[in-house]
This record gives sequence, structure tokens and C-alpha cells, in this order.
Amino acid sequence: MDWANVAIQGVLLGGLYALFATGLALVFGVMRMVNLAHGDLGILAAFVTLFLVQSLHMGLWWSGILTVVIMFVVGYLLQRGLLNFTLSSDDTRPIVVTFGLSIIIQNGLILWFSADSQGLDAGKIENISIRITDKLSIGWFPLLVFITSIVVVALLQTFLNRTKLGRAFRATSDDREAAELMGINNRHIYGLAMAIALAIVALAGILLAIRTTFDPTQGSFRLIYAFEAVIMGGMGSIWGTLIGGIVLGVSQTLGSQAFGSGWGLLVGHLVFLTVLAVRPSGFFAKTVTA
Amino acid sequence: MSTQDFRVARSTRVHRYVLIVSVIVVAVLASFPFWAEVAFLRTMVTFFTLLALAQMWNLLGGYAGLISVGQQAYIGLGAYGLWLLADVLHIHPFVAVILAGSLAVLVALVFAPLLFRLRGGYFAIGTWVVAEVVRLIVSNIQAAGGGSGKTIISAARLPIDTRINGTYLLALGVAVGSILLVYFLLRSRLGLALTAIRDNELAAQSSGVNVWRSKLYVYLISAFGCGIVGAVVAMNLLRIQPAAAFSINWTAYALFIVVIGGFGTIEGPIIGTIIYFTLLQNLSQYGTTYLLLLGVIAVVMATKAPRGIWGFVVKRWDIHLFPVRRRLVLEEPSEPGGPAASTSGPVAEAS
Repeated sequence: MDWANVAIQGVLLGGLYALFATGLALVFGVMRMVNLAHGDLGILAAFVTLFLVQSLHMGLWWSGILTVVIMFVVGYLLQRGLLNFTLSSDDTRPIVVTFGLSIIIQNGLILWFSADSQGLDAGKIENISIRITDKLSIGWFPLLVFITSIVVVALLQTFLNRTKLGRAFRATSDDREAAELMGINNRHIYGLAMAIALAIVALAGILLAIRTTFDPTQGSFRLIYAFEAVIMGGMGSIWGTLIGGIVLGVSQTLGSQAFGSGWGLLVGHLVFLTVLAVRPSGFFAKTVTA
Repeated sequence: MSTQDFRVARSTRVHRYVLIVSVIVVAVLASFPFWAEVAFLRTMVTFFTLLALAQMWNLLGGYAGLISVGQQAYIGLGAYGLWLLADVLHIHPFVAVILAGSLAVLVALVFAPLLFRLRGGYFAIGTWVVAEVVRLIVSNIQAAGGGSGKTIISAARLPIDTRINGTYLLALGVAVGSILLVYFLLRSRLGLALTAIRDNELAAQSSGVNVWRSKLYVYLISAFGCGIVGAVVAMNLLRIQPAAAFSINWTAYALFIVVIGGFGTIEGPIIGTIIYFTLLQNLSQYGTTYLLLLGVIAVVMATKAPRGIWGFVVKRWDIHLFPVRRRLVLEEPSEPGGPAASTSGPVAEAS
């Protein structure tokens, strides 16, 4: 029963990983750009919320909502003000620039908030759980995070498939020149894609911050897990990313249970490398990489 | 004037002077152990290791288009390789430094086929995963000191003069070696293949370049270089620890140096290291602010001046210190009996 418990924790954790991964996958899907600062931007959002709660004494939920809105705007401005200029035939530049951003965000946060671990307190919901049997119980909050990630994935999928703007996203993804000829402003689409990506990763960062402690250096690890979820799930498939996140989460928690806490992360990475070796296009690949 | 004659040239007269000056500079640097202070020698070791690291990173990123944010995997492996070979297997530390590079190559050989399934930014994060995997494995091995690390006892037991001078000369050798390695590599068939891949992978492949194998060679060479760099760093510090040896900061330094100096040139990393090092000497007490500044400079340079300082120099004065490019030189049609004089500059360049 213990193992079942651990596996369920892993599934729930995987939902959070998927939430971090969705934005990374979206940005790559639309503009073939990998944002190495993606994880750090999520952690930045957690610190923005912390700032709103601690210094401006706002309520946690309002702070969270405001942060998501702020990060949406930041994403649009970041893309149109900086990252759009790095998108050219030379694909090394966005990598260098976003890695630089990652360094800036991490060290900026350390300067401002110190390197100490922080936490966001959501009150009662963090401690209550649903008891299924004596040994099996599911925390309400991890479950809420998991449901949130499913809802976000479903909403994003619906947005891409059903709306006019979503169609523009897909068109730009498929062929940017042709999309431009059809009257789509790619630069605006890229801006919106980054805005949505950062809004989602902000949500992920805030939920992470409530679930556990966080510090400025966490962003790198979030990026790596998000990346593993994307690759395992298969590029171009948002639902695949969710599955990828779950596989990673379960591997980590089962690995910790089996070999001790120091090995959990390693088992997660090794499962990822195995998938990369055996099925490099992931579980549900739809598009081919550029 | 009917048709113009031309010839394909690599070296020019400038390069002969560059060669002479380089030999003198290296000779002067090699004489430092005879008269310089210990603290200065140790500082110079840091300089040389950064230069070599930047050359190795640039070889991957600037020439092969493989941006890695995980070369710290091989830095750390080199450092731990030194400990394994010197302290456990009792090989002389100076010899172990070189062998440590081979250990990095063996590990690189395992991961390379997996990494090459990824491209661009995803390749970059993949290298980071590899670095994490290696770090986690090393941290979990209690015999290797776990998370708290080890002291390189065999190196610490060497007579202090031997150790300091030996490490200095090794570091100088690694720096000069990395430059020569990149130089001769670029002049070789592989170098031509690499630049072709960087400029257009598909076109290179269809022209008969074995893309996969070229990338593999360059990845292994870079791992080898980084491994030796890591071992020399460990010799200098006498202490190894997973968090420091496998730190992402190694990549941050290399990336900064190359971006500011000039992507895809040999001269760039040299200039970048000098600038980086000057900043380091003056600002390192600010730690976090310093890194923040590096990040800002990297972002600004990469967006505003992607060719770096050396790129600016080349554009302005058309100077190449290292003749790795083939250039077309126009010549006056030779007069009967007169010597053929080369007149105008290059009309076309092939990388």
C-alpha cells in the first residue's frame, strides 16, 4: 500500500511538472525557440507573489491572480522588446540570450530576497487530505494542483483548436512565411505565445511555492524537469507533455522510495534518458523538430 | 585588363609576425615560475583554465553550432578523475591530469548518441541533464566523499614548489594546447565540415559531410579539453566538491567570455578571457552582482553585437590573427617578365 501511495504522490507531482512544461512546449511549438529562463521566470513569479503578500499585505489568492496577469504582460513585452530580435536563421542566439536572462533572474532574486528558502502559506488547505484507506491518503492541495494542470492543458488545447487566434498560432507554427502572407502578424503571435507561456508558468511557480519551499536557484531544476516532460511526452502534443510530467513525477517518487531520497532525482533523469534512447520522438509526437 | 588572376590564400605576412609574437609571449609566460610570486602564479592558473574552457566551449558552440550548457559535466569529471587516478590508483598527479581528460571522453562517448537526438535549445538543456546526472551520481558515491567532496592528497603531498610550478606550466600548456588544437582542427577536413554544418546542416549533409560523426568528434574533443581543465583546476585548489565542480557557473563564464570576445573565432575567447579576468579581479567581491552584470552584458552583446569584440575588429580592419580561412586574393595580370603583385584585399571568403 505504501508503494501505491508513493505512486499517487508521483502522479500528482507530475501534474505540477506538466504545468511548468506547458509553456516551454507552447513557445517551442509556435516559434521554435527554447527559453532557458523558463523555469526561472516561474520562480520569479513565486517571488512576485511573495512580495505582494509580505510587503503589500495582499491576500494570497489576489496576489496570485495579479502575478499571473503581471507575468502575462511581462511575457508579451519580453518577446516583443527583446526575444523577437534574436529569432533569425542563426538559432544559437536565443539560447545565449535566454541563458543570460536565466543568470540575471537568479542573481537578481538572490540580491533582492537573499538565497534563503521561502514559502507561501495558503493556510488550512495545505494540510487537509482525503483518506482512502489507512495508509492511502491524498492531500487536497496536491490534488488541486493536479486538477489545475489538467484544466490548463484542456483550456490551452481548446484555445489552439477552436479559436481564431489559436488557428493563427498553429498557422505560424506550421509555416511562418505563409502565415505572414495570410495577414498574420507573427511578431504579435510570438508575443502572445510568450505571454500565455509565462502566465501558465507563473501559475506553476505560485503553486510550487505553496506546495513546498523555494529559493532563487530552483528555476534551473524546474527547467530541466519541464524539458524532460516535453521530450518524453513528444513534441507538439500538449496532452503528451502532461503524461511526460506524470512519468517523471512517478519515476522520481518511486526512485526515492526504492533507493533512498538521494536517488529519486537521478532515477527520474535515467528514465528520461532511457525514453530518449528507446523512443526519441516521445510518447505522442505530432510535429517534427525544426 | 582581360581576366583577373586570383589565388587562394590562407596565410599572409601578418601571420608570420603573429607567430613570432606568440612564441615570445608563450616563452615569457613559461618563464614566470622562475621569478613570479606564488599568488600570482595561482591567479594565472585560473586565467589559463578559463581560456582553455572558453576555447573548448567555443569549439562546440561557435564552430559546430552545438550550444552546451553542460560542459561542467566534464569539468567535474576531470576534477574527480584526478582524484581517482592520483589518490586511488596512485598515478603521479601530473600524469593523472592528462589521463583525466580521457575519462571525460569515455563518459562523453556514452551520452553523445543520446544528446545528438536533440537539437538547438533542447540539445542545450540535454547537456544540462547530463551534467546533473553525473553530479548526482558522484554526490551519491560515499567513497568519493559524497556531497562534501575530497582533498587531493597525493597532489597536496608534492613539494610546494613542484606543485605550484608544475600546475602553472600544465595550465599554460592546456591554454596554449587548446588554441593550437582548435587552430589545427579548423584547418583540417573536420574543421571545414564543422563550419559547413554550422552554416547549413542540410546542405552540408547533402554535400557528403558525415554530420553525425563530425559532431561526435568535436563533442569528444571538447569533453577531453574540459576534463583536463577540471583536473588542472582541482590541482590548483587541491579540493573537489560536487556542487562547485559541476556548477552551471562554468558554463556561464565560458558563455560570457565567448559572447563578449567573439563567437566562432579563436581570437574571441582570448580577448573575452582578458576582459572577463579584468572584471573578475575588480568585481569578484560583489559575487552576485558580478554574475548579474555578466548576464546583462551577455544579453546585450548577443542582441546588439552578436559577433563580439573580435567580430567588430574583423569588420573594421579585416585582421585575422589565426589563418583558418581560405581567402581569394586578386592579382594583377602578370606583366611579361614582371612579378605578380597582389593588390587588392580579399574579394571573397570561404570559412
